[in-house]
Order: sequence, then C-alpha cells, then structure tokens
Amino acid sequence: MKRLRLAAGLLTLLLQVAPAFAVSDPSELLSNPAMEARAEAIGSHLRCLVCQNESIEASDAGLARDIRAIIRQQVVAGRTDKQITAYMVQRYGSFILLEPPFEPLTVLLWGSPVIALLLGAMIALLAFRRQRREAATIAPAPLSPAEKARLEALLRS
Amino acid sequence: MIPELGHFAIALAVVIALSQAIISIWGAHRGDARFIAAAPALALSQAMAVGFAFLALVWSGIVSDFSVINVAEYSSARTPLLYKITGAWGNHEGSILLWCLILSFCGAAVAVFGRNLPSALRARVIGVLGLVSCGFLLFTLTVSDPLGRIWPPPSEGQGVNPLLQDPGLAFHPPILYSGYVGFAVAFAFAVASLLEGRVDAAWGRWVRPWTLGAWCLLTSGIALGSWWSYYELGWGGYWFWDPVENASLLPWLTGTALLHSAIVVEKREALKIWSVLLAITTFSLSLAGTFMVRSGLLNSVHAFANDPTRGVFILALLGLVIGGSLLLFAWRAPVLQPAGLFAPLSREGALVLNNILLCSIMAVVLAGTMYPPFVQLIFDQQISVGPPFFISTVVPLAAPLMAAMGLGPVLSWKRAAVAPALLRLWWAALASLIVVLVGFYGRLGWAAVGFGAALWMVLSALAEIVERSQLFRQPIGTAWARLRGLPRASYGAAVAHAGLGVAVAGMVGMTLASHSIVLLHPGDTTKVGNYDWRLVSLTSGAGSDFTARIATLAVTDARTGQAIATMYPARRTFPLQQQTTTDVAIRTNGFRDLYAALGDERDGGIVLRIHVNPLAPWIWFGALIMAFGGALSLSDRRLRIGAPVRLARRRAADMKVAAE
Amino acid sequence: MSAQVPQKSVLGRRLLLGAPLAVLALVGGGWALMLRRMAGGNFDPHSLPSQLIGKKVPDFSLPGLDGGVAMTGAELQNPGRPMLVNFFASWCVPCLEDAPMLNKLAKNGLPIWGITYKDKQADTQRFLSQNGNPYARIAVDQPGRVAIDWGVYGVPETYLIDAAGLVHWRFAGALTQRVVDEDLTPLLRRIGA
Repeated sequence: MKRLRLAAGLLTLLLQVAPAFAVSDPSELLSNPAMEARAEAIGSHLRCLVCQNESIEASDAGLARDIRAIIRQQVVAGRTDKQITAYMVQRYGSFILLEPPFEPLTVLLWGSPVIALLLGAMIALLAFRRQRREAATIAPAPLSPAEKARLEALLRS
Repeated sequence: MIPELGHFAIALAVVIALSQAIISIWGAHRGDARFIAAAPALALSQAMAVGFAFLALVWSGIVSDFSVINVAEYSSARTPLLYKITGAWGNHEGSILLWCLILSFCGAAVAVFGRNLPSALRARVIGVLGLVSCGFLLFTLTVSDPLGRIWPPPSEGQGVNPLLQDPGLAFHPPILYSGYVGFAVAFAFAVASLLEGRVDAAWGRWVRPWTLGAWCLLTSGIALGSWWSYYELGWGGYWFWDPVENASLLPWLTGTALLHSAIVVEKREALKIWSVLLAITTFSLSLAGTFMVRSGLLNSVHAFANDPTRGVFILALLGLVIGGSLLLFAWRAPVLQPAGLFAPLSREGALVLNNILLCSIMAVVLAGTMYPPFVQLIFDQQISVGPPFFISTVVPLAAPLMAAMGLGPVLSWKRAAVAPALLRLWWAALASLIVVLVGFYGRLGWAAVGFGAALWMVLSALAEIVERSQLFRQPIGTAWARLRGLPRASYGAAVAHAGLGVAVAGMVGMTLASHSIVLLHPGDTTKVGNYDWRLVSLTSGAGSDFTARIATLAVTDARTGQAIATMYPARRTFPLQQQTTTDVAIRTNGFRDLYAALGDERDGGIVLRIHVNPLAPWIWFGALIMAFGGALSLSDRRLRIGAPVRLARRRAADMKVAAE
Repeated sequence: MSAQVPQKSVLGRRLLLGAPLAVLALVGGGWALMLRRMAGGNFDPHSLPSQLIGKKVPDFSLPGLDGGVAMTGAELQNPGRPMLVNFFASWCVPCLEDAPMLNKLAKNGLPIWGITYKDKQADTQRFLSQNGNPYARIAVDQPGRVAIDWGVYGVPETYLIDAAGLVHWRFAGALTQRVVDEDLTPLLRRIGA
C-alpha cells in the first residue's frame, strides 16, 4: 500500500495529470503554415518537463501547452529558432533539449557511433590477422573416443 | 488456500531449480550418466511448479479474490474476464512471475526438443537455465511476492489501468517476454559450450533455431508494442525512443547479429568466440533491460512503480549471471580452436559487416539510453537524449546495413568478387534508383532515398531466390524443380529481408504524414491530406466500467466528394481509476491510414487530432513478414534435425509390424 | 586441448577477452552507486535542477490577490533579508501537505511571499482560510507565464532568496521536516538570516 501512496504522490506533484497523449488547443495553432511548421519543429526538439519523455508538441500537459504558446508567440514576433531555444534553455537548462548539444560533456555520446564503428573494425582486423597466423599452424583437435565411436556409427549407417 | 499453494509452488520451484543447476552441471562435469539423465526431468518439474504458481495467480484474478494484494490493486469485480486474466501480468510482481514461467518453459523446451543434443551438453544447458531460473524465483519469493495477502480484504479492487485494457497490450508482455527470455537458451548454450571448452559447427546448428525462435517472438512483441502505442495512445506516432522501448530494441539488435553470426559458425566454423560473446551479450541486455525498467533509474513514459530494494536485488542477480558468464568467457574463450579461413570480401565478410553495424547501432542506442543517468552521477548535470538524437545517429548506421543486406546473400562463401554479384543485382539496383529519382522529382526529398532503400531490400531478396533457382535462365521446369528444392531457410531469409524492406517503407511513409489539430462543432468540416473530415455528431455511450463520448466523423475525398469512411473516435472516462483514455479511430486501405483521436470538449465543439499516415500499416505488416520469415526458416531446421529421428522411429515401427 | 595454443598468448588473450567483463564492472558499479544514492535521497533521476541558482530573481510584475499590492521582480531583487518565494495552487494536493510547514516557518519569522499558479482567486481565498495563510504577500499568476520565467515545472515549488535577491535553493514538492532541517536551515544560517 505504501508503494501505491508513493505513486499517487508523484502523480499529483505533476502540474496536471495527463492521462493520454492527446490533443492540444487548436486556437494556439498559427494560421501561417510555414510559421506553424517552424514552431512544430522547434517544439518537437523540446522535452515536456512534466511527462518526462515526450516532446512539447506531443504532450497534452498544461505546462507543455503554455510552452507551445510561447514558442508560437516568439515565432510570430520574428525570433530565430536559436533565440527561442536559448530562451527555453535559460529557464529549464539543457535538460529541455531532446537533442543534447555537442559540448565536452556529450563528446562520448555524439562520438558513440564513430567509436563503435572503429572498435568493430579493429576487432575484425585483429581477428582476421590472427586467423591468418594461426590457421596455418594449428591442427584440428583430435576426436575423443566417444566421438570417434559416433563418427564410425554415422559412417556405417 | 489457492494463493498459498501457489506460493508454496514457487518455493518448491526454487529448490527444484537449484537442484537442476547443481545436479546437471556437476553431473555433466563428472560424466555421471544418472545425473545427466535427471536433468530433463528436473527442468520439466520446475516448469510444472512455476506453471502451477502462475495458474494460482490467474485463478485469484478470475475469481476476484481481493485478499490477494495484486488482484486488489490491479483488478476489480467489474473488469471484463479477459482483463481479469491478463491483469495477472499487468503489474510488476505478476510480470516477474511470467518472466520466471517463460524461463522455466525454456528449460522444459530444451528437455523435450533437445533429444538430439549430446546428453552432456543438454544437461549443461538445462543446468545453466536452472541457475538463472533459481535467481529470478528467489527474487519473486523474497522481495516481489505476486501472491501476498492483505487483511481485511477490500470489498472492491482498484481496477486495471484503462490503458492496459486492450487486447493488443494484454498479449504484448507474454510475447515480448518470450522473446527476451528465449535468448536465455542461446545464452545457456554459450555458457555450456564454454564449460565444455568447445564450439563447433554443430554448436552453431543447435543454437540457431533457439535464437531464431526467440528472435521471431521478440520481433512480434516489439511490433505489437509499437502498434499499441500507435492506436491506443493517440499521439499519432509509433515509437518514442523511450528507455523502456530501447530496452527491448537492444537485445533485438544483438540477437539479430547473433542470428547471422551463428550461420557463419554453422557453415564455416568461423566467428565462434564472437558468437559466444553475442549470445551472452544478448541475454545480458535482456536482463539489463529488466533492471533499467524496474529500478527507477531512467525517465520513462511507461515505467513500473519502483523500489530501490528490488533494484539492488536485480542488480546483484545481474552481476552474478552476466559477470559469471563473462568471467568464464574471458577464461575459456581464448583456448577455443579457430578455424574456417575466409577473405574479408566474402559472404562471411558481409556477415561480419552486418554484425559490426548492428552492434554499432546497439552501442549508440545503449549510449543514448544510459548517458543521462551517468552524466548526472558523475557531473551532477541533467541532460536529455530523445528522438532527434537517435534518429540522427541510427539512420546513418542503418543505411549501409540496408545497402549491404541486398549484396551479402549473393556473395559466395570464403572469397567473392563484388562485380559479378552486382551484375546479378543490376535490375534491383536500377529499379531502386528509378524510385529515388522519381521521388526526388516528386519533391519527396530524403524520403525518396528511403523508398529506394526499401525497394532495394525487397528486390534484392527476390533476386537471391531468382538467382539460386536460375529462373529465367534454365527451362521453366528445371527452375521450378530448383525452386522447390531450395531449403526453407533460404526462403525464410529472403522473406525476412523483404519484410524489413516493407517495414522501412512504412517508416519512411510515416515521415510524410500530414496532420492537424482542430476544434470542430457538429456540422463543421476540415481538410487534412486530400480528405474532407466532417463532424456529423457527438454522442454519449457507456461500457461495463466506463462512460464515453463518441464523435461521428464522415470522411470524403476532397476532389471527387466521394464518401470514404465513417469513423467513430471516442474518449472514455473510467470513474474507478479516475482516468481518461482516447479511443482512436483508424481506417486503413493498406496504403494509408486515416487516423482520428478525440480531445477535450470546448464550447459545444470538440478538439480533434487528425492524421493521414501514408503506408503506416506497412510498419507492422513488415515486422510480421520478418517474423514469418524467421518461422519459415525455423520450420526448415526442425525438419532437418527431426527427420532422421522420425524416420528411424518409423522404420523401427515398420519392422515391428513386419515382425508381427 | 589447449596444448596447441602457446601459453603466453593465452594469457594475453584472456586479458583481451576480459574487456567485456571490465565494461560490465564499470556499468554495474555505476548502477550500484546510483541505487545507493537514490536510497539515501542524494540521487533522483526525475529531479530537475533550477537554472536560477546563483542568479538574481527574474524581472516580472504580477497583480496582488483580490486587488492587493502588486508584486514585482524589483522588490525581490533587493529584499534586504533572506526570504522564501512559494508557488502554489488550491487545486494541488501536495500544496495541502506543504501548508503546515510553511505556517511553521512563517511563525518562526521567515518572510514568505506566495505566487498562485493558474488558480481562481476565490479558490485561493478558501484554501488560505482552511489551511492558514503563511504569506506576507500574495500575487496571482493566472496565465502561468511568470512561473515559466522562474523555471517552475510543478507546484508547489519553494525558492530561497538572500538579502541581495540571489536565488540559493529551490525545492519542488511539499516541504518536510527533514528537508527543512537538512537543507533549508543550514542554508539560512550560512546566508545570515
């Protein structure tokens, strides 16, 4: 029961319990499609802070709705994508960015594809060289008596 | 009484699992035939004990015994029967018991279907499975009791989470877990072979069907989960790149790699050490996924209620199982015999490339999933890693994989030349190129490349079959005979590759989706995609434990005015759970989905989220084709392994008849 | 059967193939540390650090509750003595739990200014009459925009401001005796209440 209460407490801590990933207020959509597309692109790169793993655009939480509205106001006011993103980071930190910026802290993260590929290539190269070297010198292991018997049985049948 | 019996059965299972581990492994080590022979019986009895405990939990749910905490918390008298049953695994404790059940069934399956294995190897495999089982059963018994009681029992349960009241999700966990846990068999084979100190072609042949079976189930499980997310959550997408989803993707990636490297072991006795490591890694990732989901270390949309005590227990279990196997690996793998020389440019080489790329994707997904908690631990900073990161890192790695996928199967073993292989695929390459150019002309941008890649995968898979049957080159009769003579494994591989192509086409199609969020009053019309959507009416309804608001939407073709569909998206309110869910309406014609989800009601109108998703159903259809391809390949193996046995038995029976 | 492989290379390869084990040890150790700190309350993957720490209170201007005195950022940027700013709402359940502790702190002489978040003024009045009013001043943030400028992501949230208007501490959720004893009181002592 304690576990339940804890979960309930966590839930109510959130500004607004978002039961389903539903729909937002249409009145906040911009009538200019190019601007709306820009606003959506910005919003889909920002994290909804209340619901943990969704973008601002996908979430129906109250805070996400407010931030969506702010993005649209700023798009209309002619601010650049960078300025709008910086505005959000200033308030909520880089935690709000679903795509972490490339900085010393994230070198390993952004470098992970290259590191993995290099590591894979290195392992393959080493294995190829070893295979060359050893395959020539090593004879196959002798069969155990039991295996010999099985082999003979197989050959006979 | 029944829950207590179930509880007792778990305790019994712990003892059986422990003896299964000790007797089998020690017996195999000493070569004691009696102990070795005891292994299958122990595995079967463990499965029966766990099966009884699981039935006890399901039974408590069916009869709504609210004195069982789990039933009281996750079920209610008004819950439909189906969800009373599936509620058994809709919570942490029950799902761990399901996990144990599947693990014990894996052991039983090896006992039953592994008759053709050398008995010592089979005993070792069963022993290793018993050891893992024992750990998880102990976890169930000590800190995660699914059959605990409360007193006094509440008169009514709290009900199933409405989001989980869905046939798709009800059967998602059993299938997904079967995939996850199924890799335990490949793991057990790896550890057994390390204990034995030998890995050979036969090992590759034995481990492959088990891996393939688990892979098919995991593929279906992931597809089912993503489909559920698409039609139940009402957000219009199908994959969050959420830690919980990534946790299932990680073993899938290495499992797919293992599937391919095991072919090389079987056919060429190469990549042995690597395959053993992959088998260990795949199951380790399954275990790590369980840990990540249940420890509360990750931010996720669908996490279980978490508890640090449990986290510590699972982590310790993880350390023992994975650490033990990796220690054994470091100790024993260096003395495994290398064999099977091949040139970098060959079928084996292509499979090595497949493995490098798949493992790189795995590394990236793992890095993206684990980076935030580790950054917080070490630097005390909060960062997020979300879909934009995964898309921009995984796609560049997946692209060469798709390109090589078509080429690999037509390369010859040992040493190959690219030019003749390409020559055989020229028509597939040309067709794909045309699609890309047409796509660019139609201003599809990158999606054009995606469609080209998808077509390339499908056509090159087809080309391989054509090539091997020498269709169009030999007289039709000969070609037909060759087609029939091709092993099912070849068809399976081609079907699975083509299935991935279909799924990729669906994913690319989804990037071209058009959507809109509008406030409509009854009678209003809006245009999304090439369709007019008219809200006809807004009505109320009720189900067994919910009330609903239902919209009636008439969809017509915007140009011709022809009626396309009538759709009924709804919004359900569950008073008991105080929760609201959207009931998405989807109408598909196989090439595009019309998708409508209901939002809040506002001054007489209602907010609607409307999507037109081109090719969306292909994503799941493609995944199903992949799983079917795997199953096709599996049926081939079973025949090949089973045939001599059955033949011998029939011959013996014939002789018996003759003797009489 | 290992006789055919030279002994020296076996040792080297054992070390090489021990690499996965080393990776596991690192990751597992990290996880164990996280779990330990999580149990000790020093590690919360769901927490969100405030960007205001070490910075001045942002500029804003909000109307007072029921036509009371308006609240501005300028006042909080130089309050002259340490104080708390508390974002709350009558509809929020943890705010109910928060109220007794705030009342206690106010009684002990710590000034607390409240900002209501997306709340109807009548509801706020009822909430205050039922749960006590620890606030020296209350402003109303009906659209919730000032809260976003502060980086608020849930209510209740409590900010500690020093005499010069620098934010020293932010706590999300209901204050407990433990939080007050272990975090707030030492901080207050340090910034010279």
